[in-house]
Amino acid sequence: MTTSRVPQGADDLRSDGATTTTADQSAATGADRPALPPPIVWSDERVGTAKGMRFLLKKVFPDHWSFLLGEVAMYSMVICLITGTFLTFWFIPSMGHVTYDGSYVPLKGVGMSEAYASTLDISFDIKGGLLIRQLHHWAALLFIVGIALHVARVFFTGAFRKPREINWVIGSVLSLLAIIEGFAGYSLPDDLLSGTGIRAMAGFMQSAPVIGSYMTFFVFGGPFPGEMIIPRLYIAHVLLIPALLVGLFTAHIVLVAVHKHTQYPGPGRTNNNVVGFPLMPVYMAKAGGFFFIVFGITALISALVTINPVWVYGPYDPTQVTAGSQPDFYMWFSDGALRLLPGWLEFTLFGFTFGMNIFLGSLLLLPLVWILLSLYPFLEAWVTGDKREHHILDRPRNAPVRTAIGAAAISMYLVLALATVNDILAIKLGLSINDITVTFRAAFFLLPVIVFYIVKRLCISLQRADRDRVLHGTETGRIVRTPEGEFYEVHEPLDPYTRWTLVQHDPMLPLSQREQDEVDEHGVRRPRPVTHGLRRALSDFYFRDQVQPVTPAELAAAQSHGEHDALESAPTPQLGEPVSAVPGERAALRNRED
Amino acid sequence: MADSSDYKTDDTPVRQGADAAPPARTDGLPERFENPGLPPHVPRRADVDEAAAKRAERQVVAMFALSALGTLGFIVAYFVVPADARGTVVGIGEMNLYHLALGLTLAVSLSGIGFGAVHWAKTLMPDNEVIEERHPQASSDEDREGAAAILRSGWEGSQLGRRPLILQSAAGALGLFAVPLVLQVAGSLGPLPGRELYDTNWRRGLRLMIDPSGTPIRAADVTLGSVFHVMPEGWVGEEAEEELSAAAILEAKAEDQVILVRLDPALIQSEKQRSWGVDGIVAYSKVCTHVGCPVALYEQQTHHLLCPCHQSTFDMTRDCEVIFGPARRALPQLPITVDDEGYLIADDSFQEPVGPSFWERERG
Amino acid sequence: MKTLAARRRSPIALLVLLLLGLTMTGTAYAVFQPKAAPGTSATTVSAEDIEEGRQLFLANCASCHGTNAEGNAPAGPSLVGVGAAAVDFQVGTGRMPLAAPGVQAPANRDQVNFTSEEITQMAAYVDSLGPGPAVPDAQWLDLEGADIANGGKLFRTNCAMCHNSAGTGGALTRGKYAPTLMGVEPVHIYEAMLTGPQSMPVFNDDNLTPQEKEDVIAFIVDMDQGGTAYGGHQMGSIGPAGDTLFIWTIGIGLLIAAAVWLGRKAA
Repeated sequence: MTTSRVPQGADDLRSDGATTTTADQSAATGADRPALPPPIVWSDERVGTAKGMRFLLKKVFPDHWSFLLGEVAMYSMVICLITGTFLTFWFIPSMGHVTYDGSYVPLKGVGMSEAYASTLDISFDIKGGLLIRQLHHWAALLFIVGIALHVARVFFTGAFRKPREINWVIGSVLSLLAIIEGFAGYSLPDDLLSGTGIRAMAGFMQSAPVIGSYMTFFVFGGPFPGEMIIPRLYIAHVLLIPALLVGLFTAHIVLVAVHKHTQYPGPGRTNNNVVGFPLMPVYMAKAGGFFFIVFGITALISALVTINPVWVYGPYDPTQVTAGSQPDFYMWFSDGALRLLPGWLEFTLFGFTFGMNIFLGSLLLLPLVWILLSLYPFLEAWVTGDKREHHILDRPRNAPVRTAIGAAAISMYLVLALATVNDILAIKLGLSINDITVTFRAAFFLLPVIVFYIVKRLCISLQRADRDRVLHGTETGRIVRTPEGEFYEVHEPLDPYTRWTLVQHDPMLPLSQREQDEVDEHGVRRPRPVTHGLRRALSDFYFRDQVQPVTPAELAAAQSHGEHDALESAPTPQLGEPVSAVPGERAALRNRED
Repeated sequence: MADSSDYKTDDTPVRQGADAAPPARTDGLPERFENPGLPPHVPRRADVDEAAAKRAERQVVAMFALSALGTLGFIVAYFVVPADARGTVVGIGEMNLYHLALGLTLAVSLSGIGFGAVHWAKTLMPDNEVIEERHPQASSDEDREGAAAILRSGWEGSQLGRRPLILQSAAGALGLFAVPLVLQVAGSLGPLPGRELYDTNWRRGLRLMIDPSGTPIRAADVTLGSVFHVMPEGWVGEEAEEELSAAAILEAKAEDQVILVRLDPALIQSEKQRSWGVDGIVAYSKVCTHVGCPVALYEQQTHHLLCPCHQSTFDMTRDCEVIFGPARRALPQLPITVDDEGYLIADDSFQEPVGPSFWERERG
Repeated sequence: MKTLAARRRSPIALLVLLLLGLTMTGTAYAVFQPKAAPGTSATTVSAEDIEEGRQLFLANCASCHGTNAEGNAPAGPSLVGVGAAAVDFQVGTGRMPLAAPGVQAPANRDQVNFTSEEITQMAAYVDSLGPGPAVPDAQWLDLEGADIANGGKLFRTNCAMCHNSAGTGGALTRGKYAPTLMGVEPVHIYEAMLTGPQSMPVFNDDNLTPQEKEDVIAFIVDMDQGGTAYGGHQMGSIGPAGDTLFIWTIGIGLLIAAAVWLGRKAA
């Protein structure tokens, strides 16, 4: 270990050459060399702690608020694990019958399951129990909101591209597990609302071709509702799925460390570096502090806003139901699909009943959505033919078709999700449920097409605006009159740092313009796989209308004959300067010479 | 690991994407712009002004102190505030004040730490950006060859290539060993459906009883426009609750629940519907034929039955056919008649399975 | 009132409520003598009342319901035999006279244009045309000794599917809806059960006995008085839809604001 082996501060890259020392450097170069505290020496001699610390503590994380969406999910999961453990101390996962005798008067003397009674006890008779319950449920919702926004961020910035495809798949599985975990969790209190959800779940399973009725009887341990479903959901909710969640989540985080974090494009950011702040001490404080912020805000919400007041719904009884029966939001798309699917999808063939009006929207839709989600990186890579590693994120506008596909998919998802609240929408907006349902049916097919077109055009417009800014500078608002009497507005040229963000992305060409026909030794064209035509067409579709980034030559041309966009003093330090290597590499090279 | 991430171990620079050094053009201009490197570092107020740094320090300390106060407040609230204290809170309305006190103090306790730590990191910790180099994920050729050599020698050492029977039998054994475990769990989870899905507890002669009180219903009680939620005699009411297990009652409710209304006989369109009722009083299964929610929303003017779960709508004047929504089949009708004392009784059991569809439904 | 008060366990509040309850009980007994069960016309009204009611009817109702309340389809149904309870409900909640045609008459409690005496007179007139459910007896409206828990059970079986388990209302087909029960007078809830206004079915005394109706009303009133309010703002008591709206706007908004602050360079 020599002092030269400390991580390089950003100062090496700065043109002004000002030197400010980083914490790591100052610690290592001081006159009195710091020594490890004895406990760490002790453990280092046994497990090599120092090596691991050295690797981990200097990991660099780029600063951006959108990188914290995943942390919202992570921390909410931790809050759920903590509060969930508390809840297990009092919750009784049993469908055994009891007569309620707690302190909530409107249910006194009412027969109910032990699960429901113990949930009431947690809410009313365990000190602070209601706060823990609300914390658990709000954190669970935040967990899934965090995941959804994190998935969106990763998708729209192209962070799923090579080498991160595996982590995308792991993340997809995590998100599926999260909603199953949520469904199992809100079903546990055995209240009227969640019981109606389980009733519907029994209906979904029963609709499965061939095995439907068997599957239902196996899962419920007999006819619905039986006495088994709550204990079984409980063990899935507190052990099985959390174990999978924590395991896969660990793999997710390890892969983030292995790949190092992606970063948004910007000056100094290259595909070969990551620019940000080290874990020790900055991100230790920032990420650690953010955990407490998430926990604190969740506590604030739980203090002020009711969630899932099971005592209002009453105990589950199969003959009862409440208006406005909805699941928690992450199940809305599936429940909404069930509201939109027309009845004629159920039919009888060869004496067997095909309940496609149910099966399509539940048992088929769920896996289908997640399979498509998981496969997207591979589909896109196949279409673009892009085999490079990507560590610089795409600005969403620079991938117009991907952005439009994402937006269209979200619009489709939203139509299904909002269909679940068609009854709430009807009363709150004074509309007819029937009209809303019919409108949503049409919107499911039409809206994605419209959204795709609009979003793609929007991206292209933004790209053109970027080009304009680079070529003609930013408007200053200053109007100048030429000696000839003409007026024009002074445009200020972009400084190289601002410009870099707008021009850094790769120009991309569709397959059809990139590839040459491969020819064998006899001059005969090599046969292509049958899917090649499709791939080519998709590639054309993906790259059509692509706006290419401004090149130095284009900028020079714009400046030389831009009378009306006359640029006041155009300093172009970069132009014409010989380029040997990108700055990050220069730093590394310089360092190696030490 | 620790060292390898500091430096590039490979002499050939990884040139990818926008970072690839652009080839020079004939006019001296590069093909692409060059990355200008990090912009100059702008010092923060706390970096150049000791007073500002002091102020930031005080703010951090204040937030941590606030957190400690919040913690203290939680402890005090836990013991001092009565657990059933209620009050009206501005913007919220009536609520439990004990819950509010615990929640707010906990929120202060937690967010104080969070905001303090982040503020500390932002204002006082070094804000020079640091660069970490990246390397291609793929292993070096040497590593790959090494791994390949180990695989090869392992394959040869195992002799599987020369003794294929071992491979085949091992694969067979490994493929089968999970079967007993799967069989045990899958086979024992629940009973086979048998006739359960085809049958309900309704039998000829059972009285229709009001749910949940368990009182029998006279035909005259069912006035025009009224609706009764009904269970079969012996499966509802206090007596049944004493005799039967709670699970048995819930299972019965899930399949036997019936909705009973009186329609103007002139409105009834089907002869079957009329003859299975009593003077316009008709009884239908309340279990939705979609996914099984109780179809309990009866609009007495339109005679529509609406399911609140997915909005399947059934027309009671047309033998409960579906007129809107995702359900396909009409609700099954329960044939009813009147016994000697004038009470409504079932004339027969349901003539088809009630509730959601299933694969072998038509094979009953 | 005793069951209502038992939840509020603060000793002073309990004392106050008990005193209040006792006072009210005494007053109620003094004012109202036990009367015949509703369902029949029990209150005695004078011939002048009926005549006054007829005049009011002719001025305000006859254009749709016909000069003899025989009905004038499709504008208005016949009122012969609907009883005094229906009139008291429809006019007393401001549903009638109908302000504008629509899928259903909305409640309009701020726009009740008649005094209670006038409503009684109109009710007397309509009641005189044919027997129907009478305005319920006060004994079933004082909620004295009502069993809230039993009311809750009956409510969930008979009412929650349309009015929501929190009594905040729900949607019916084609723009019709079950209105919220919050803020509705007990007498009007009772009359609605008895007469089945608009889409609502009738719950006659053989279906829900007067005592059971009182239990249901006690349950609703308890909810209305905040009996279910424990954990903070109830987001309109519309179930997961309210939670979803909150968490996707204010909830995640707070966290994103914190994240943006965290990621921004300090000044």
